[in-house]
Amino acid sequence: MRFSEAWLREWVNPPVDTRQLADQLSMAGLEVDSVEPAAPAFSGVRVGWVRAVAPHPDAEKLRVCRVDLDEGEPLQIICGAANVAEGMKVPVATVGACLPGDVKIKKAKLRGVESSGMICSAKELGLAESSDGILPLPGDAPVGEDLRVWMALDDQCIEVDLTPDRGDCLSVAGIAREVAVINRTPLRAPTIPPVEPSHDGGLDVHLMAPAACPRYVCRVIRNIDPSVATPLWMQERLRRGGIRTISPVVDVTNYVLLELGQPMHGFDLAKLDGEIRVRMAAPGERIALLNGDDLDLRQDTLVIADARKPVALAGIMGGAETAVGPETRDILLESAFFAPLAISGKARTYGLHTDSSHRFERGVDPRLQDRAVERATRLLLDVVGGEPGPVVEKVAGDELPERPALRLRQTRIAQVLGLELSADTIADILNRLGMDALPTEEGWLVTPPSARFDLLHEVDLIADIGRIYGYNRIPVSHGSSAFVTRSTPEAELDLDRVRLALVDRGFREVITYSFVSPEIQALVDPDRDVLRLSNPLSGDLSVMRTSLWPGLLQTARYNQARQQERVRIFESGLRFRLGPDGLQQGPGLGGLILGGADPEQWGQKVRMADFFDLKADVEALLALTGSPGCFRFVPGSHPALHPGQTARVQRDGNPVGVLGMLHPSLSKRLDLSGNAFLFELDIEPLRHGVLPRFAPISRFPSIRRDIAILVDEAVTFSAVADCIRSAETDLLREVVLFDLYAGENIESGRKSFALGLILQASSQTLTEEVIEDSVGRILSRLASQLGARLRD
Amino acid sequence: MAEQIGLGIEGLQDAAINAIATAPDLVTLDQVRVRYLGKSGELTALLKRLGTLPADERPAAGQQINQAKVAVQTAIDTRKGVLEEASLAARLAGERIDVTLPGRGRTAGGLHPVTRALRRIERLFGNAGFSVVEGPEVEDAYHNFEALNIPEHHPARAMHDTFYFDADLLLRTHTSPVQIRVMEEQAPPLKVIAPGRVYRCDSDLTHTPMFHQVEGLLVDEQVSFADLKGVLYDFLRDFFERDLELRFRPSYFPFTEPSAEVDIQCVICGGSGCRVCKQTGWLEVLGCGMVYPEVFRHVGIDPDRYLGYAFGMGVERLAMLRYGIDDIRLYFENDLRFLRQFT
Repeated sequence: MRFSEAWLREWVNPPVDTRQLADQLSMAGLEVDSVEPAAPAFSGVRVGWVRAVAPHPDAEKLRVCRVDLDEGEPLQIICGAANVAEGMKVPVATVGACLPGDVKIKKAKLRGVESSGMICSAKELGLAESSDGILPLPGDAPVGEDLRVWMALDDQCIEVDLTPDRGDCLSVAGIAREVAVINRTPLRAPTIPPVEPSHDGGLDVHLMAPAACPRYVCRVIRNIDPSVATPLWMQERLRRGGIRTISPVVDVTNYVLLELGQPMHGFDLAKLDGEIRVRMAAPGERIALLNGDDLDLRQDTLVIADARKPVALAGIMGGAETAVGPETRDILLESAFFAPLAISGKARTYGLHTDSSHRFERGVDPRLQDRAVERATRLLLDVVGGEPGPVVEKVAGDELPERPALRLRQTRIAQVLGLELSADTIADILNRLGMDALPTEEGWLVTPPSARFDLLHEVDLIADIGRIYGYNRIPVSHGSSAFVTRSTPEAELDLDRVRLALVDRGFREVITYSFVSPEIQALVDPDRDVLRLSNPLSGDLSVMRTSLWPGLLQTARYNQARQQERVRIFESGLRFRLGPDGLQQGPGLGGLILGGADPEQWGQKVRMADFFDLKADVEALLALTGSPGCFRFVPGSHPALHPGQTARVQRDGNPVGVLGMLHPSLSKRLDLSGNAFLFELDIEPLRHGVLPRFAPISRFPSIRRDIAILVDEAVTFSAVADCIRSAETDLLREVVLFDLYAGENIESGRKSFALGLILQASSQTLTEEVIEDSVGRILSRLASQLGARLRD
Repeated sequence: MAEQIGLGIEGLQDAAINAIATAPDLVTLDQVRVRYLGKSGELTALLKRLGTLPADERPAAGQQINQAKVAVQTAIDTRKGVLEEASLAARLAGERIDVTLPGRGRTAGGLHPVTRALRRIERLFGNAGFSVVEGPEVEDAYHNFEALNIPEHHPARAMHDTFYFDADLLLRTHTSPVQIRVMEEQAPPLKVIAPGRVYRCDSDLTHTPMFHQVEGLLVDEQVSFADLKGVLYDFLRDFFERDLELRFRPSYFPFTEPSAEVDIQCVICGGSGCRVCKQTGWLEVLGCGMVYPEVFRHVGIDPDRYLGYAFGMGVERLAMLRYGIDDIRLYFENDLRFLRQFT
């Protein structure tokens, strides 16, 4: 909602300056978005009277004008505009004037003829984006007067960003009511006396959808003069309200819209067939709108129709066929009340949003229609003349919105606001807000004004009382109720702890969009159905990720392209997976490493990160659960990973995640250089940790025996370790792998594990015999189960 | 004979002390020790020969020899101290390093600034007794809108720029649906915050299609707008670690009444007006209000018995103000050079 401050001050003029006024509005919940001058700075522009126009001797398009400024001889001014004519009043920038854009007016010669000033267009004065010729001033403009003063251009345009509940403030009248309430200043609404009809012509009106349109008011005005221009003062108020001048009839209805908040429409009476029917659209009906749109109407759409056809989209926009044009002599003025629910969302479904639909969606005062039609009639008669008919009003009284009387308890006000207000204070605020407040035992019975669609419950009244009293005057309280804080199980692993572990291991957290490009999603997780946005911002952000890897890979690529060679990143967040049980939104944790295992540094050679670097990171996370032993890494496969370097992570046999090297072909597709390694874990299985449980520490020394065994290439380390553990369940404390070797001196197809076995008993020092026996058992189990033998 | 020993002793002692004084290192010194004081050392040998002396001469000669031994031992100990000190000094000199060389190993990474701000927010509210709850990001229209008193075609819905999957399924546009889910599942009293990602179909210089909010909800029998003001005053003061002027501006959210937007005194200019606060001296940082009775009805909480307050804040915005970040898009570009600034 944008309006002229000067106009507002005609309605209500509190002793506050513009800035204070803007602050008051903002603090009353009508947020002021901007305050801009009505015209840019300029000086030296006066009202001139063109006394004579003669052709320029040397230029076909220029005219030599003699312009009277009511002092001395008329000035000779060259003008290039086609619309300049003898007898016109015009804005004249005199010599020494300064126009917007820092244009200084000097005496000049144009094609040899002297010019002492410039006749200005609206654009040159900063009053319009574009102009067709000079700005004609009304005939009664006082010659010689300073234009700024005469046009009252030292005004401000105030733009208020209204919340959707305050439809009642979408007019100068509405804003003025609020300002009057805040300042306790009287409201000076213009008096709108009814205009006597001069004939009895009218149209029959049928309310065929009374719930959607319970009140329709209209009036015929005959014999208007459509050739007249809208008066400058009205054009200016519209302009300062952000509305373009179109034609006198449209301008007048827009003026009333801006002034009172009632959207109106003017039809060309000659093009209406018989009568007005306010009804729902019939199947197959179409309408061509004023803006050129051609619509197929749905049956849930309220239309204004004549006997034959729809002529307007009710409350949204008029039809082209019945629009007022330059030939129009007789018009029908419409001023109706359409129910918010009948209009809400309709404009949008047709891709429309108009000043009218904006207001009807939010609620127009259902008692405003008569006043508005009288106001518009008066203005129209003043501008385009004509003969008014009687006001025709059809009302479906039962369907008009009633403001129910609301019970307002004084105790409840104190409870909700945390503030004790006296009954007098409350009654005063209600009264100023125009509420009808009947005192009761517990408080009041309050009927809000008809324009206030937002006051439906007691608490709405309480909020309004708080608003006028001032939210900032409500005390600050720390007396909250006593709460017992809910404790979390000690063994539960916090995601925060996991994130910090990664940070401590050199990872940087990233946050990427949850929607990703379908291409990269398909590369990473080709076998899964994805959830697609029906209105994505772009194709690149159109499917919901099922994995954290698309975002991580894109981030790696982004950074690699910016000379960041070592990347260690992770992200946590939801993955969106469609499965047999519907959509699963499960939290995950994913990471990517690429480049050096360690940052480049002196004293050690650069070593590229590999699978086992990442595995150590993953193991560190799993260890946070306190039971690393229940996790296992098993060889696996994944469409995005290297088939020989992929491990599935399991917890007690259940899948928890996956890690491995990015498949080289994917790496190439994604334009990544170097080998990237990725992991992704489900968060939920990590959450459950175990409480530490003390076991006595043996007082006896441990001993270590190193063995080197040869096994087939295919035998995994975990098979070897499992085998050893199963052979010695009592004394074995730890198996340390300290070397892995294949190659020279070893037959091909075999490899050697060098292992340290750490043995310890809880009740005695181990004797050589016991140790020999234990190692012997281990070796024979390795031999029988895995075909291992001691390396010579 | 005694004279001989005496002379011999003095000579030996002088020779030994001379050798000790000139011993260049600990090894030589030890050789000197062995030569004079060892089992078959020269002074030891004299002692052995004591028995060959007449009995009356023995005590004096023995005393002489012992005095010599003590003198030699003392000289050795002194010299040893000197040599050890010199050797340590030499070792230390040899082991001098350039301590300005960089340390080796791995450096720590860092949390994303949004997470960093979120953790702080969670901790501050955690201290005030709020527990953290989470909700789905793919939501249904009921929880995102209807239950929050935003019916279809309500103008407030148009302001949300919603991403849809179909007519009913959407990406949540705010964390407020978590309020509903919590109230559906738990009975009052409730005191929770719900942090998380939210989505709006909007992308320009100052908007990203995804961002983070933290929703707060307290439901109890005695809760007022004044309590809401209290908790927000405390939070904002603690978050920015300074006393801030706050302004509660009446506003509108369909699910709260009264509703307010909260402005803080601009943390960049201190309220005198700057580019960040658009010369107003104020910054809008969160929205809040008292839970609307209709919302309670939707979740089966008796609005006559219970009152509640709710608030919601944009994490990116708070983090921008806190850390001086001037472009919201930086958050999701994940440029390591940006992220490294938040270690």
